[in-house]
Amino acid sequence: MATIEHNGKSYEVDEDGFLLNGSESWDDNWVSYVKGVEGIGDLTEEHKKVIDALQEYYKKNGIAPMVRILSKTTGFPLKRIYELFPSGPGKGACKMAGLPKPTGCV
Amino acid sequence: MAKHDTPLLDELEKGPWPSFVTDMKRQAETHPECWDILGQLELSYKDKITHWKHGGIVGVFGYGGGIVGRYSDVPHRFPGVEHFHTVRIAQPSGLYYSTKNLRGLMDLWDKYGSGMTNMHGSTGDMIFLGTRTENLEPLFWDLTHNLEQDLGGSGSNLRTPSCCLGESRCEWACYDTQDVCHHLTMHYQDEIHRPAFPYKFKFKFSGCPNDCVASIARSDFALIGTWKDDIRINQAAVKEYIAGNYPSNAGAHAGRDWGKFDIKKEVIDLCPTGCMWMEGGELKIDNAECTRCMHCINVMPRALKPGKEKGATICIGAKAPILDGAQFATMVIPFIEVSKENEYENVIDVIEQVWDWWMEVGKNRERVGETMQRIGLPNFLRVMEIEATPQHVREPRSNPYVFWREEEVEGGWERDVVAFRKKHAA
Repeated sequence: MATIEHNGKSYEVDEDGFLLNGSESWDDNWVSYVKGVEGIGDLTEEHKKVIDALQEYYKKNGIAPMVRILSKTTGFPLKRIYELFPSGPGKGACKMAGLPKPTGCV
Repeated sequence: MAKHDTPLLDELEKGPWPSFVTDMKRQAETHPECWDILGQLELSYKDKITHWKHGGIVGVFGYGGGIVGRYSDVPHRFPGVEHFHTVRIAQPSGLYYSTKNLRGLMDLWDKYGSGMTNMHGSTGDMIFLGTRTENLEPLFWDLTHNLEQDLGGSGSNLRTPSCCLGESRCEWACYDTQDVCHHLTMHYQDEIHRPAFPYKFKFKFSGCPNDCVASIARSDFALIGTWKDDIRINQAAVKEYIAGNYPSNAGAHAGRDWGKFDIKKEVIDLCPTGCMWMEGGELKIDNAECTRCMHCINVMPRALKPGKEKGATICIGAKAPILDGAQFATMVIPFIEVSKENEYENVIDVIEQVWDWWMEVGKNRERVGETMQRIGLPNFLRVMEIEATPQHVREPRSNPYVFWREEEVEGGWERDVVAFRKKHAA
């Protein structure tokens, strides 16, 4: 466990920089922090659309959506998602959205 | 990083087999973090439990896989393995190397990692064991820019394909496994690097049914070489085997005295279909009844060869037990041409037909073999636009729970109970 300070706010994160208590501590300031560490350029409406889709799905289903479902709900092909989030939907977008770390045989 | 006492591991330096403990101690002389891996491993031997934390998500920009993150749960005691990520490196098909290439790779790993490796992971990748997050991007930069090599796959994607060594040094290869493996690896780079599937998917390519890369057990999509025409028999060489001038199985059983070679006992009577016999001093094969099991060819490689009309069988759906039981791959296409001329277009068509369907209907973390089980082989064959043949089953079903599609049944499913009652009073 570690603590990350950004613009005067602190966040509890794991080794990989995922928020430990998810939506409770998630805010715009967290988004701007992740932007810096995940190689993301200017934050656009498209980024927000992906983040909203992830958070909404997670709130409703308690898990992150499959990549295919994320593409369907946002209308972005996987290629576009990688352009927006260079580390991909798991490490990049889920981290930014405050979702828990993806698990399994990764 | 100091040396740790490792009394349990030290036991594993005894005996004739190459000792990983000895190797790691030697490595620790130049990479002191190896003392910590030995120390943590010793602790695990003592506690009988792993000391790696759960999971780990690290990687390089642009890719969604290729690196397996790992953190110690006792980093204060073993700071050298606080981060201990594993990097999968795409291997050449058939694992042929030049020392120049290996030296290049090891120089790179000396610089950025622990210097410890796994040659190779079960899926085929060369594996670099143990580095820190901040080294990943520089390592990837040098790997791609200086050595022109890439990472392998991990996650819910196409994993690194692998193959037997095929035509490079085996007279039984029925197609060029290395070329297919390389070609499809390049063709599907996007599917390897950016997870887009319901779960992992593996390709393996074997040149013949001996299946030296175990494709039928360890790949979702197995391409296994075979032939359509007759086994080629060199009768003069058969006589040499009978005379005892050529050793059976190329001398594989030379370590024990099994007596004089007996073609009846060791070949003809062991043929699973009993389609071989001797006639006038010549070996005969009824090829129409041969299932191409390879046994006779394996026993008398100098006398018998696969036919000339070569191709492959496609088997789909092998997986380990989780979730609903282990599966070998199921035979889906008995024979397919495997031709460099069309850049394996027909094989690619089959793969994409599977993917198009599985990506749509596969549940989260459901291997394609499980999806096939869930919807049933007849439905899968229909999806694949393959006509069902007797070869698709080992035996017909024994239960009578047979589904019919409505259009196959005269009158369909819409029935009126009142009309029925007119003939059969309640």
